[in-house]
Amino acid sequence: MSDSYVTADGRTIGPVVMEMKNITLRFGGVEAIKDISFDIREGEIRAIIGPNGAGKSSMLNVISGFYVPQDGEVWYKGSRRPAMKPYQVAQQGIARTFQNIALFEGMSVLDNVMTGRLTHMKTGLFSQALWKGKAEAEEVANREVAEKIIDFLEIQAIRKTPVSRLPYGLKKRVELARALAAEPSILLLDEPMAGMNVEEKEDMSRFILDVNDEFGTTIALIEHDMGVVMDLSDRVVVMDYGKKIGDGTPSEVRNNQAVIDAYLGVAHD
Amino acid sequence: MFYREAGDFSTTYAEDQQTFPIKFDRYRYYLVLFIAIVVVPFVVNDYWVNSLLLPFLIYAIAAIGLNILVGYCGQVSLGTGGFMAVGAYSCYKFMTGVDIWWGGELLFRLPEFNIFFSVIMGGVMTALVGVLFGLPSLRIKGFYLAVATLAAQFFLVWLFNRVSWFYNYSASGQINAPERDLMGILITGPSTEPWAAYLFCLFFTIVCAVIARNLTRGASGRKWMAIRDMDIAAEIIGVNPLKAKLTAFAVSSFFVGISGALFFSVYLGAVEVGEAFGITKSFLVLFMIIIGGLGSIFGSFAGAAFLVLLPVALKVVGVDWLGWPTDIVAHLQLVIVGGLIVIFLIAEPHGIAQLWRVAKEKLRLWPFPH
Repeated sequence: MSDSYVTADGRTIGPVVMEMKNITLRFGGVEAIKDISFDIREGEIRAIIGPNGAGKSSMLNVISGFYVPQDGEVWYKGSRRPAMKPYQVAQQGIARTFQNIALFEGMSVLDNVMTGRLTHMKTGLFSQALWKGKAEAEEVANREVAEKIIDFLEIQAIRKTPVSRLPYGLKKRVELARALAAEPSILLLDEPMAGMNVEEKEDMSRFILDVNDEFGTTIALIEHDMGVVMDLSDRVVVMDYGKKIGDGTPSEVRNNQAVIDAYLGVAHD
Repeated sequence: MFYREAGDFSTTYAEDQQTFPIKFDRYRYYLVLFIAIVVVPFVVNDYWVNSLLLPFLIYAIAAIGLNILVGYCGQVSLGTGGFMAVGAYSCYKFMTGVDIWWGGELLFRLPEFNIFFSVIMGGVMTALVGVLFGLPSLRIKGFYLAVATLAAQFFLVWLFNRVSWFYNYSASGQINAPERDLMGILITGPSTEPWAAYLFCLFFTIVCAVIARNLTRGASGRKWMAIRDMDIAAEIIGVNPLKAKLTAFAVSSFFVGISGALFFSVYLGAVEVGEAFGITKSFLVLFMIIIGGLGSIFGSFAGAAFLVLLPVALKVVGVDWLGWPTDIVAHLQLVIVGGLIVIFLIAEPHGIAQLWRVAKEKLRLWPFPH
């Protein structure tokens, strides 16, 4: 495989940054993921699709360290990743959003976005207690980054609003902002467009493309809206009943017989 | 109208992130500080200091401490009384010189610490004990954690009752604060001037409040609040839950320990652990932060002021004005506090701090409704 290539719309896709090798995940007797391998390249938008219960979210949870697979290896930036806690994965530069919004309801939008910066904030408890000096400088520096993200996602007006007061669509955007604030090398989006109307979906798609374009962030996303997936992604992994049944560009996947069977059903005679 | 922020712009992030971004608030804060430091010490007498100001200042520190744990980090604790006892007894041991025994023989004795450092050591030791009892918080949450900290409460009181080393083998089982001074001014003991005791406590209260505010508005506070609001999401954005919770326990216990040390050394002077630091103390401080407002430094002060003032106010109204018997007023006080807690939990779960916020919002727009 060549190390990097240029897509039709002129974006450069880099070498493999994350590789899943023969991942198997079991919950008791249930095999949620069966021997799946795929890779994610730098700068690409990688979609994971499949019918309900196919194991997509489980796959994302394996990447973000929630689940430890019984078999298989996760390779990240050229080395094998040992079993890790989710917060250690986050510190390595992998951020994610949730299918059901997981914002901090008691905090303002700004504070939520600033929590995304926590992996970058290193001052100790004692300098924080003093505030003046190191802690304040760090706070201001990180606020600048957070403000850049807030600006980018056009949520300046609700900066100081408590998250609990926001409507659903905005919450989704704030969650994206929090994940982006970490300046991740890989951004995992679990159904970023679930429950949105067409306009909101269009907005969200635009943001995802802009993020990828402007920050060069690698994105792996799960989505059910096929139109969105086919338009956004560079490559698609298709899962069904925990198995990988297809992998390739959107047009390859669309013409894959196994994928068509999984989505439309097949006659058993 | 009364409360304006129009024309008050923050032009830098540092300005926007200060404690009182609104000028009016800032000046009011300076005014309160000025009165507390410069005016009050000259006008107070023994009654004011001992029945109002000292308990208010000391409980405010305890409430800030508990608020960090419960209000900011979401870890319920019923062990405040026990942790205050740790602060008190550590302070006492360091005041009188810690003696280390080995095999029935006195190994060595630390020199007696100055009262100022004894109080701080009270906080430090309590922080260590708090971390120890905070360890279960990684595995258990909510009610179960509350029960675990309740165990800490009973264990610590039992410990200070049983192990006579803690009260220097005194026959009464009490600890008595010896006379100690700071730069020649008496701070503890019966002949302490009221203003000296007041200023000593005021210093600790201000420093604790500023530290608490600095921590809660910065990275640590966000970690705590993230754990409180959704621990799974907190972990996924890179917060180490064990570290965040234990830091909260440490900082919280530090403040509670300081307040326990002051409560014993400056306020009461003599302490019997079961009486002064029993379970009722834990509940009292918990009520303070519930009534004052969870997750708010101002709420800690408001709650402490409320519960310290209420008995005094009731006594003045009931006994002095209406001429009711003292015991009836005392019972009435229990009824009123209990009722208020129920009312607050239903009507305003965010406490006095939220009422204050709403009042500011209304004052800002007055006389217009919107």
